Amino acid sequence: MSQEQTLGQSAEWAVEVEHLSRRFRGQIALDDICLRIPVGSIFGLVGLNGAGKTTLLRHLVGAYKPQHGRVVVLGDDPVAHPDVVLKRVGYLTEVDSLPMWARVGDLIDFTRALYPTWDDAYARNLCDHFALSRHASLASLSKGQRARVGLLVAIAHRPELLVLDEPSSGLDPIARGDILEAVIRTISQDGRTVLFSSHLLDEVDRVCDCVALLHEGRIVESLTAEQLPLRYREILGRVSAGERPPTIDRAFGWRISGDEWSAVIAAETIAEPEFEQRYGVLEQRELTLQRWFSAQVASGTRPHTVLSTAEVTADA
Amino acid sequence: MLLHLAADGTPIYNQIVDQIRYRIISGQLRPGDDLPPIRALAESLRVNPNTVARAYRELEQEGLVEKRRTTGTFVRELTERRSLSERRRLLVPQIDKLIIQSRQLGLQWDDVLAQLQQRNSEISSQEQRS
Repeated sequence: MSQEQTLGQSAEWAVEVEHLSRRFRGQIALDDICLRIPVGSIFGLVGLNGAGKTTLLRHLVGAYKPQHGRVVVLGDDPVAHPDVVLKRVGYLTEVDSLPMWARVGDLIDFTRALYPTWDDAYARNLCDHFALSRHASLASLSKGQRARVGLLVAIAHRPELLVLDEPSSGLDPIARGDILEAVIRTISQDGRTVLFSSHLLDEVDRVCDCVALLHEGRIVESLTAEQLPLRYREILGRVSAGERPPTIDRAFGWRISGDEWSAVIAAETIAEPEFEQRYGVLEQRELTLQRWFSAQVASGTRPHTVLSTAEVTADA
Repeated sequence: MLLHLAADGTPIYNQIVDQIRYRIISGQLRPGDDLPPIRALAESLRVNPNTVARAYRELEQEGLVEKRRTTGTFVRELTERRSLSERRRLLVPQIDKLIIQSRQLGLQWDDVLAQLQQRNSEISSQEQRS
Protein backbone atom coordinates (compact mmCIF):
# COMPACT_ATOMS: atom_id res chain seq x y z
CA MET A 1 0.00 0.00 0.00
CA SER A 2 1.29 3.46 -0.82
CA GLN A 3 2.21 5.62 2.09
CA GLU A 4 2.78 8.87 0.31
CA GLN A 5 -0.29 10.36 1.88
CA THR A 6 -0.07 11.69 5.39
CA LEU A 7 -2.19 9.70 7.78
CA GLY A 8 -5.49 11.22 8.73
CA GLN A 9 -5.35 13.91 6.07
CA SER A 10 -7.77 12.23 3.72
CA ALA A 11 -11.54 12.33 3.75
CA GLU A 12 -11.41 9.24 1.57
CA TRP A 13 -10.67 6.73 4.32
CA ALA A 14 -12.78 6.03 7.38
CA VAL A 15 -10.07 3.82 8.83
CA GLU A 16 -6.34 3.78 8.15
CA VAL A 17 -4.12 1.17 9.75
CA GLU A 18 -0.39 1.28 9.05
CA HIS A 19 1.99 -1.49 10.08
CA LEU A 20 0.04 -2.37 13.20
CA SER A 21 1.57 -5.19 15.23
CA ARG A 22 0.52 -6.55 18.59
CA ARG A 23 1.80 -9.26 20.89
CA PHE A 24 0.16 -10.76 23.93
CA ARG A 25 2.74 -12.31 26.27
CA GLY A 26 5.12 -12.76 23.37
CA GLN A 27 2.49 -14.39 21.15
CA ILE A 28 1.93 -12.53 17.90
CA ALA A 29 -1.72 -11.49 17.64
CA LEU A 30 -1.41 -8.94 14.84
CA ASP A 31 1.51 -8.91 12.44
CA ASP A 32 2.22 -5.78 10.40
CA ILE A 33 -1.39 -5.00 9.49
CA CYS A 34 -1.96 -2.42 6.76
CA LEU A 35 -5.56 -1.68 5.94
CA ARG A 36 -7.59 1.18 4.54
CA ILE A 37 -11.35 1.33 4.64
CA PRO A 38 -12.98 3.70 2.16
CA VAL A 39 -15.65 6.09 3.44
CA GLY A 40 -19.10 4.86 2.43
CA SER A 41 -18.19 1.20 2.11
CA ILE A 42 -19.41 -1.91 3.85
CA PHE A 43 -16.18 -3.62 4.74
CA GLY A 44 -16.09 -7.27 5.77
CA LEU A 45 -13.26 -8.62 7.89
CA VAL A 46 -13.23 -12.39 7.54
CA GLY A 47 -11.06 -15.02 9.18
CA LEU A 48 -11.13 -18.16 11.26
CA ASN A 49 -11.69 -18.01 15.00
CA GLY A 50 -8.54 -16.70 16.65
CA ALA A 51 -7.29 -14.99 13.48
CA GLY A 52 -7.07 -11.64 15.31
CA LYS A 53 -10.30 -10.00 14.12
CA THR A 54 -11.47 -8.87 17.57
CA THR A 55 -7.98 -7.64 18.50
CA LEU A 56 -7.86 -5.54 15.33
CA LEU A 57 -11.33 -4.06 15.91
CA ARG A 58 -10.49 -3.25 19.53
CA HIS A 59 -7.57 -1.15 18.29
CA LEU A 60 -9.98 0.85 16.15
CA VAL A 61 -12.25 1.76 19.06
CA GLY A 62 -9.34 2.81 21.22
CA ALA A 63 -9.53 -0.17 23.58
CA TYR A 64 -5.94 -1.16 22.73
CA LYS A 65 -3.03 1.18 22.18
CA PRO A 66 -0.88 0.13 19.19
CA GLN A 67 2.45 -1.37 20.28
CA HIS A 68 3.79 -0.82 16.77
CA GLY A 69 2.31 1.11 13.87
CA ARG A 70 -0.53 3.58 13.73
CA VAL A 71 -4.30 3.59 13.72
CA VAL A 72 -6.36 6.52 12.43
CA VAL A 73 -10.14 6.45 12.68
CA LEU A 74 -12.22 9.18 11.02
CA GLY A 75 -9.07 11.23 10.67
CA ASP A 76 -8.08 11.04 14.33
CA ASP A 77 -6.23 8.88 16.83
CA PRO A 78 -8.78 6.85 18.84
CA VAL A 79 -6.38 6.37 21.79
CA ALA A 80 -5.20 9.98 22.06
CA HIS A 81 -8.65 11.52 21.50
CA PRO A 82 -11.25 8.92 22.48
CA ASP A 83 -13.77 11.62 23.39
CA VAL A 84 -13.67 13.05 19.87
CA VAL A 85 -13.47 9.80 17.93
CA LEU A 86 -15.81 7.54 19.87
CA LYS A 87 -18.74 9.95 19.66
CA ARG A 88 -18.70 9.38 15.92
CA VAL A 89 -18.32 5.59 16.15
CA GLY A 90 -20.85 2.87 16.96
CA TYR A 91 -19.52 -0.42 18.32
CA LEU A 92 -21.28 -3.73 18.86
CA THR A 93 -19.19 -6.45 20.45
CA GLU A 94 -19.41 -10.15 19.91
CA VAL A 95 -19.55 -10.99 23.57
CA ASP A 96 -22.79 -10.52 25.43
CA SER A 97 -21.38 -7.51 27.25
CA LEU A 98 -24.51 -5.51 28.12
CA PRO A 99 -25.13 -4.86 31.83
CA MET A 100 -27.53 -7.65 32.80
CA TRP A 101 -28.82 -5.83 35.89
CA ALA A 102 -30.14 -2.88 33.84
CA ARG A 103 -33.45 -2.41 32.13
CA VAL A 104 -33.66 -1.64 28.41
CA GLY A 105 -34.80 1.94 29.13
CA ASP A 106 -31.94 2.53 31.62
CA LEU A 107 -29.36 1.43 29.07
CA ILE A 108 -30.90 3.63 26.39
CA ASP A 109 -30.93 6.68 28.70
CA PHE A 110 -27.37 6.01 29.85
CA THR A 111 -26.05 5.66 26.28
CA ARG A 112 -28.07 8.65 25.10
CA ALA A 113 -26.25 10.87 27.59
CA LEU A 114 -22.89 9.92 26.05
CA TYR A 115 -23.73 10.96 22.52
CA PRO A 116 -24.64 14.52 21.50
CA THR A 117 -25.96 13.25 18.16
CA TRP A 118 -28.40 10.77 19.72
CA ASP A 119 -31.61 10.61 17.68
CA ASP A 120 -34.58 10.04 20.00
CA ALA A 121 -37.07 9.46 17.23
CA TYR A 122 -34.80 6.90 15.61
CA ALA A 123 -34.25 5.13 18.94
CA ARG A 124 -38.01 4.95 19.57
CA ASN A 125 -38.54 3.75 16.04
CA LEU A 126 -35.98 0.96 16.54
CA CYS A 127 -37.56 0.00 19.87
CA ASP A 128 -40.92 -0.44 18.14
CA HIS A 129 -39.42 -2.16 15.14
CA PHE A 130 -37.61 -4.70 17.34
CA ALA A 131 -40.59 -5.02 19.72
CA LEU A 132 -38.43 -4.02 22.70
CA SER A 133 -40.00 -2.83 25.94
CA ARG A 134 -38.15 -0.17 27.92
CA HIS A 135 -39.23 -1.89 31.12
CA ALA A 136 -37.80 -5.31 30.32
CA SER A 137 -34.65 -6.20 32.21
CA LEU A 138 -31.78 -7.23 29.98
CA ALA A 139 -31.34 -10.46 31.93
CA SER A 140 -34.85 -11.54 31.00
CA LEU A 141 -34.36 -11.11 27.26
CA SER A 142 -33.42 -13.79 24.76
CA LYS A 143 -29.99 -13.64 23.17
CA GLY A 144 -31.55 -12.36 19.95
CA GLN A 145 -33.39 -9.54 21.75
CA ARG A 146 -30.25 -8.58 23.67
CA ALA A 147 -28.38 -8.38 20.36
CA ARG A 148 -31.09 -6.01 19.09
CA VAL A 149 -30.65 -3.81 22.19
CA GLY A 150 -26.89 -3.81 21.59
CA LEU A 151 -27.51 -2.84 17.99
CA LEU A 152 -29.93 -0.06 18.98
CA VAL A 153 -27.44 1.59 21.35
CA ALA A 154 -24.71 1.22 18.70
CA ILE A 155 -26.63 2.99 15.93
CA ALA A 156 -29.12 5.43 17.50
CA HIS A 157 -26.53 8.22 17.54
CA ARG A 158 -26.18 7.70 13.78
CA PRO A 159 -22.44 6.99 13.85
CA GLU A 160 -20.24 7.82 10.88
CA LEU A 161 -18.46 4.51 11.40
CA LEU A 162 -20.27 1.43 12.66
CA VAL A 163 -18.03 -1.39 13.89
CA LEU A 164 -19.66 -4.77 14.43
CA ASP A 165 -17.69 -7.66 15.87
CA GLU A 166 -19.23 -10.97 14.78
CA PRO A 167 -22.73 -9.49 15.02
CA SER A 168 -24.46 -12.64 13.79
CA SER A 169 -22.60 -15.12 15.90
CA GLY A 170 -25.02 -17.49 17.62
CA LEU A 171 -28.16 -15.61 16.58
CA ASP A 172 -31.34 -16.91 14.98
CA PRO A 173 -31.97 -16.09 11.30
CA ILE A 174 -34.51 -13.35 12.06
CA ALA A 175 -32.16 -11.52 14.41
CA ARG A 176 -29.35 -11.87 11.85
CA GLY A 177 -31.66 -10.40 9.22
CA ASP A 178 -32.47 -7.43 11.49
CA ILE A 179 -28.78 -6.74 11.96
CA LEU A 180 -28.03 -6.92 8.24
CA GLU A 181 -30.94 -4.63 7.52
CA ALA A 182 -29.56 -2.09 10.00
CA VAL A 183 -26.18 -2.34 8.31
CA ILE A 184 -27.72 -1.60 4.92
CA ARG A 185 -29.78 1.23 6.34
CA THR A 186 -26.71 2.78 7.97
CA ILE A 187 -24.81 2.71 4.71
CA SER A 188 -27.75 4.13 2.77
CA GLN A 189 -27.19 7.39 4.59
CA ASP A 190 -24.48 8.97 2.56
CA GLY A 191 -20.91 8.90 3.73
CA ARG A 192 -21.41 6.40 6.53
CA THR A 193 -19.15 3.40 6.78
CA VAL A 194 -19.69 -0.07 8.23
CA LEU A 195 -16.94 -2.47 9.24
CA PHE A 196 -17.95 -5.88 10.40
CA SER A 197 -16.17 -9.09 11.17
CA SER A 198 -17.80 -12.38 10.40
CA HIS A 199 -17.16 -15.92 9.39
CA LEU A 200 -20.57 -16.24 7.76
CA LEU A 201 -19.36 -15.81 4.21
CA ASP A 202 -22.78 -15.79 2.57
CA GLU A 203 -23.65 -12.70 4.66
CA VAL A 204 -20.38 -11.04 3.79
CA ASP A 205 -20.93 -11.86 0.14
CA ARG A 206 -24.37 -10.26 0.10
CA VAL A 207 -23.57 -7.16 2.03
CA CYS A 208 -19.93 -6.15 1.66
CA ASP A 209 -18.32 -4.25 -1.14
CA CYS A 210 -14.81 -4.80 0.25
CA VAL A 211 -13.42 -7.82 2.05
CA ALA A 212 -10.14 -8.45 3.86
CA LEU A 213 -8.99 -11.88 4.96
CA LEU A 214 -7.17 -11.95 8.27
CA HIS A 215 -5.28 -15.15 8.98
CA GLU A 216 -2.93 -15.84 11.88
CA GLY A 217 -2.63 -12.13 12.57
CA ARG A 218 -1.82 -11.09 9.01
CA ILE A 219 -3.93 -9.60 6.23
CA VAL A 220 -3.61 -12.24 3.52
CA GLU A 221 -5.56 -10.25 0.94
CA SER A 222 -7.88 -7.27 0.76
CA LEU A 223 -10.10 -6.75 -2.27
CA THR A 224 -13.37 -5.32 -3.53
CA ALA A 225 -16.28 -7.54 -4.53
CA GLU A 226 -15.72 -6.52 -8.15
CA GLN A 227 -12.03 -7.42 -8.08
CA LEU A 228 -12.54 -11.02 -6.96
CA PRO A 229 -13.75 -12.44 -10.32
CA LEU A 230 -11.14 -10.36 -12.16
CA ARG A 231 -8.25 -11.61 -10.05
CA TYR A 232 -8.92 -15.33 -9.86
CA ARG A 233 -10.62 -18.25 -11.55
CA GLU A 234 -11.32 -21.72 -10.33
CA ILE A 235 -10.11 -24.43 -12.71
CA LEU A 236 -11.27 -28.03 -12.76
CA GLY A 237 -9.92 -31.15 -14.42
CA ARG A 238 -9.84 -34.91 -14.26
CA VAL A 239 -7.00 -37.45 -14.05
CA SER A 240 -7.00 -41.10 -15.05
CA ALA A 241 -6.83 -43.67 -12.26
CA GLY A 242 -3.62 -43.64 -10.24
CA GLU A 243 -2.34 -40.43 -11.75
CA ARG A 244 -1.62 -37.26 -9.85
CA PRO A 245 -3.10 -33.90 -10.80
CA PRO A 246 -0.81 -31.65 -12.85
CA THR A 247 1.72 -29.44 -11.10
CA ILE A 248 0.71 -25.90 -11.93
CA ASP A 249 2.84 -22.95 -10.93
CA ARG A 250 1.01 -20.42 -8.76
CA ALA A 251 -2.14 -22.53 -8.46
CA PHE A 252 -3.32 -22.92 -4.88
CA GLY A 253 -6.22 -24.16 -2.78
CA TRP A 254 -6.11 -27.63 -4.35
CA ARG A 255 -9.04 -29.93 -3.85
CA ILE A 256 -9.11 -33.54 -4.96
CA SER A 257 -12.08 -35.82 -4.89
CA GLY A 258 -11.92 -39.15 -6.70
CA ASP A 259 -10.45 -38.45 -10.11
CA GLU A 260 -11.51 -34.80 -10.17
CA TRP A 261 -9.37 -31.91 -9.09
CA SER A 262 -9.92 -28.19 -8.66
CA ALA A 263 -7.59 -25.32 -7.91
CA VAL A 264 -7.59 -21.53 -7.73
CA ILE A 265 -5.39 -19.56 -10.08
CA ALA A 266 -4.74 -15.93 -10.97
CA ALA A 267 -6.84 -14.77 -13.91
CA GLU A 268 -3.79 -13.48 -15.80
CA THR A 269 -2.09 -16.89 -15.59
CA ILE A 270 -5.03 -18.65 -17.14
CA ALA A 271 -5.06 -16.11 -19.95
CA GLU A 272 -1.65 -17.39 -21.10
CA PRO A 273 -1.87 -19.14 -24.49
CA GLU A 274 -2.76 -22.85 -24.42
CA PHE A 275 -2.93 -22.89 -20.65
CA GLU A 276 -6.00 -25.10 -20.59
CA GLN A 277 -4.64 -27.67 -23.03
CA ARG A 278 -1.31 -27.87 -21.27
CA TYR A 279 -2.81 -28.82 -17.92
CA GLY A 280 -5.94 -30.58 -19.05
CA VAL A 281 -8.32 -27.98 -17.63
CA LEU A 282 -11.86 -29.08 -18.44
CA GLU A 283 -13.79 -26.24 -16.88
CA GLN A 284 -13.33 -22.73 -15.54
CA ARG A 285 -15.57 -21.14 -13.00
CA GLU A 286 -15.98 -17.77 -11.38
CA LEU A 287 -14.43 -17.90 -7.94
CA THR A 288 -16.90 -17.73 -5.06
CA LEU A 289 -16.03 -15.89 -1.87
CA GLN A 290 -16.27 -19.21 -0.04
CA ARG A 291 -13.73 -20.85 -2.35
CA TRP A 292 -11.41 -17.82 -2.16
CA PHE A 293 -11.56 -17.94 1.61
CA SER A 294 -10.73 -21.63 2.01
CA ALA A 295 -8.03 -21.51 -0.68
CA GLN A 296 -6.32 -18.49 0.88
CA VAL A 297 -6.58 -19.91 4.39
CA ALA A 298 -5.09 -23.24 3.24
CA SER A 299 -2.21 -21.62 1.38
CA GLY A 300 -1.59 -18.97 4.02
CA THR A 301 -1.45 -21.37 6.95
CA ARG A 302 1.99 -21.75 8.46
CA PRO A 303 3.46 -25.27 8.42
CA HIS A 304 2.95 -25.99 12.12
CA THR A 305 -0.83 -25.82 11.83
CA VAL A 306 -2.73 -28.93 10.91
CA LEU A 307 -4.64 -28.70 7.64
CA SER A 308 -8.32 -29.31 7.87
CA THR A 309 -9.43 -32.58 6.32
CA ALA A 310 -11.52 -30.77 3.74
CA GLU A 311 -8.39 -29.21 2.26
CA VAL A 312 -5.95 -31.57 0.62
CA THR A 313 -2.85 -30.03 -0.86
CA ALA A 314 -1.51 -31.69 -3.98
CA ASP A 315 2.10 -31.20 -3.06
CA ALA A 316 1.69 -32.55 0.50
CA MET B 1 -40.35 -7.18 -4.88
CA LEU B 2 -39.84 -10.61 -3.37
CA LEU B 3 -36.77 -11.94 -5.11
CA HIS B 4 -35.24 -15.20 -4.00
CA LEU B 5 -31.49 -15.06 -3.55
CA ALA B 6 -29.77 -18.41 -3.32
CA ALA B 7 -26.36 -18.88 -1.72
CA ASP B 8 -25.31 -21.36 -4.41
CA GLY B 9 -22.33 -19.44 -5.72
CA THR B 10 -24.21 -17.53 -8.43
CA PRO B 11 -23.23 -13.88 -8.01
CA ILE B 12 -25.99 -11.94 -6.22
CA TYR B 13 -25.92 -9.29 -8.92
CA ASN B 14 -26.66 -11.89 -11.63
CA GLN B 15 -29.50 -13.34 -9.59
CA ILE B 16 -31.16 -9.93 -9.26
CA VAL B 17 -30.75 -9.17 -12.99
CA ASP B 18 -32.07 -12.61 -14.03
CA GLN B 19 -35.14 -12.46 -11.83
CA ILE B 20 -36.16 -8.93 -12.74
CA ARG B 21 -35.49 -9.61 -16.42
CA TYR B 22 -37.71 -12.70 -16.24
CA ARG B 23 -40.51 -10.73 -14.60
CA ILE B 24 -40.34 -8.08 -17.34
CA ILE B 25 -40.17 -10.42 -20.31
CA SER B 26 -42.80 -12.79 -19.00
CA GLY B 27 -45.12 -9.81 -18.48
CA GLN B 28 -45.40 -10.00 -14.68
CA LEU B 29 -43.96 -6.50 -14.68
CA ARG B 30 -45.76 -4.29 -17.22
CA PRO B 31 -44.34 -1.35 -19.18
CA GLY B 32 -44.49 1.75 -17.00
CA ASP B 33 -44.31 -0.24 -13.74
CA ASP B 34 -41.80 1.11 -11.24
CA LEU B 35 -38.91 -0.93 -9.93
CA PRO B 36 -38.47 -0.50 -6.17
CA PRO B 37 -36.04 2.27 -5.16
CA ILE B 38 -32.47 0.95 -4.91
CA ARG B 39 -32.22 1.52 -1.16
CA ALA B 40 -35.57 -0.09 -0.41
CA LEU B 41 -34.75 -3.19 -2.43
CA ALA B 42 -31.27 -3.39 -0.90
CA GLU B 43 -32.75 -3.22 2.59
CA SER B 44 -35.41 -5.83 1.97
CA LEU B 45 -33.00 -8.21 0.23
CA ARG B 46 -30.25 -7.39 2.73
CA VAL B 47 -27.70 -6.80 0.02
CA ASN B 48 -25.30 -3.97 -0.67
CA PRO B 49 -27.04 -1.01 -2.38
CA ASN B 50 -24.20 -0.92 -4.93
CA THR B 51 -25.12 -4.44 -6.00
CA VAL B 52 -28.71 -3.40 -6.67
CA ALA B 53 -27.54 -0.26 -8.48
CA ARG B 54 -25.27 -2.39 -10.65
CA ALA B 55 -28.14 -4.77 -11.47
CA TYR B 56 -30.37 -1.83 -12.44
CA ARG B 57 -27.62 -0.44 -14.66
CA GLU B 58 -27.32 -3.79 -16.42
CA LEU B 59 -31.10 -3.92 -17.02
CA GLU B 60 -30.94 -0.36 -18.32
CA GLN B 61 -28.15 -1.28 -20.75
CA GLU B 62 -30.26 -4.17 -22.00
CA GLY B 63 -32.98 -1.64 -22.71
CA LEU B 64 -35.49 -3.30 -20.38
CA VAL B 65 -35.80 -0.43 -17.92
CA GLU B 66 -35.29 3.30 -17.99
CA LYS B 67 -34.14 5.64 -15.27
CA ARG B 68 -36.01 8.86 -14.64
CA ARG B 69 -34.12 11.54 -12.84
CA THR B 70 -36.66 12.10 -10.12
CA THR B 71 -39.07 9.20 -10.12
CA GLY B 72 -36.77 6.21 -10.06
CA THR B 73 -36.56 3.32 -12.50
CA PHE B 74 -39.43 1.97 -14.56
CA VAL B 75 -40.08 -0.80 -17.10
CA ARG B 76 -39.82 0.21 -20.76
CA GLU B 77 -42.22 -0.62 -23.53
CA LEU B 78 -41.08 -3.66 -25.54
CA THR B 79 -41.98 -3.94 -29.20
CA GLU B 80 -43.75 -7.16 -30.23
CA ARG B 81 -40.78 -8.42 -32.22
CA ARG B 82 -38.29 -7.45 -29.55
CA SER B 83 -40.36 -9.20 -26.96
CA LEU B 84 -40.45 -12.49 -28.91
CA SER B 85 -36.69 -12.54 -29.37
CA GLU B 86 -36.18 -11.73 -25.68
CA ARG B 87 -38.46 -14.54 -24.68
CA ARG B 88 -36.57 -16.91 -26.94
CA ARG B 89 -33.27 -15.75 -25.48
CA LEU B 90 -34.41 -16.68 -21.99
CA LEU B 91 -34.63 -20.32 -23.06
CA VAL B 92 -31.10 -20.45 -24.48
CA PRO B 93 -29.39 -21.65 -21.25
CA GLN B 94 -31.87 -24.53 -20.84
CA ILE B 95 -31.55 -25.45 -24.52
CA ASP B 96 -27.77 -25.49 -24.24
CA LYS B 97 -28.01 -27.69 -21.19
CA LEU B 98 -30.35 -30.07 -22.99
CA ILE B 99 -28.00 -30.33 -25.97
CA ILE B 100 -24.93 -30.94 -23.82
CA GLN B 101 -26.65 -33.59 -21.71
CA SER B 102 -28.08 -35.34 -24.78
CA ARG B 103 -24.59 -35.55 -26.26
CA GLN B 104 -23.11 -36.83 -23.03
CA LEU B 105 -25.81 -39.53 -22.95
CA GLY B 106 -25.08 -40.43 -26.58
CA LEU B 107 -28.63 -39.66 -27.77
CA GLN B 108 -29.33 -38.79 -31.39
CA TRP B 109 -30.80 -35.34 -31.94
CA ASP B 110 -33.85 -36.78 -33.77
CA ASP B 111 -34.51 -38.93 -30.74
CA VAL B 112 -34.37 -35.88 -28.43
CA LEU B 113 -36.73 -33.94 -30.71
CA ALA B 114 -39.18 -36.85 -30.74
CA GLN B 115 -38.98 -36.97 -26.94
CA LEU B 116 -39.74 -33.24 -26.74
CA GLN B 117 -42.78 -33.72 -28.99
CA GLN B 118 -44.01 -36.62 -26.95
CA ARG B 119 -43.63 -34.83 -23.60
CA ASN B 120 -45.40 -31.80 -25.01
CA SER B 121 -48.43 -33.82 -26.10
CA GLU B 122 -48.46 -35.68 -22.76
CA ILE B 123 -48.45 -32.42 -20.82
CA SER B 124 -51.13 -30.92 -23.11
CA SER B 125 -53.44 -33.87 -22.63
CA GLN B 126 -52.92 -33.74 -18.85
CA GLU B 127 -53.88 -30.07 -18.92
CA GLN B 128 -57.05 -30.82 -20.89
CA ARG B 129 -58.13 -33.50 -18.42
CA SER B 130 -57.74 -31.30 -15.34
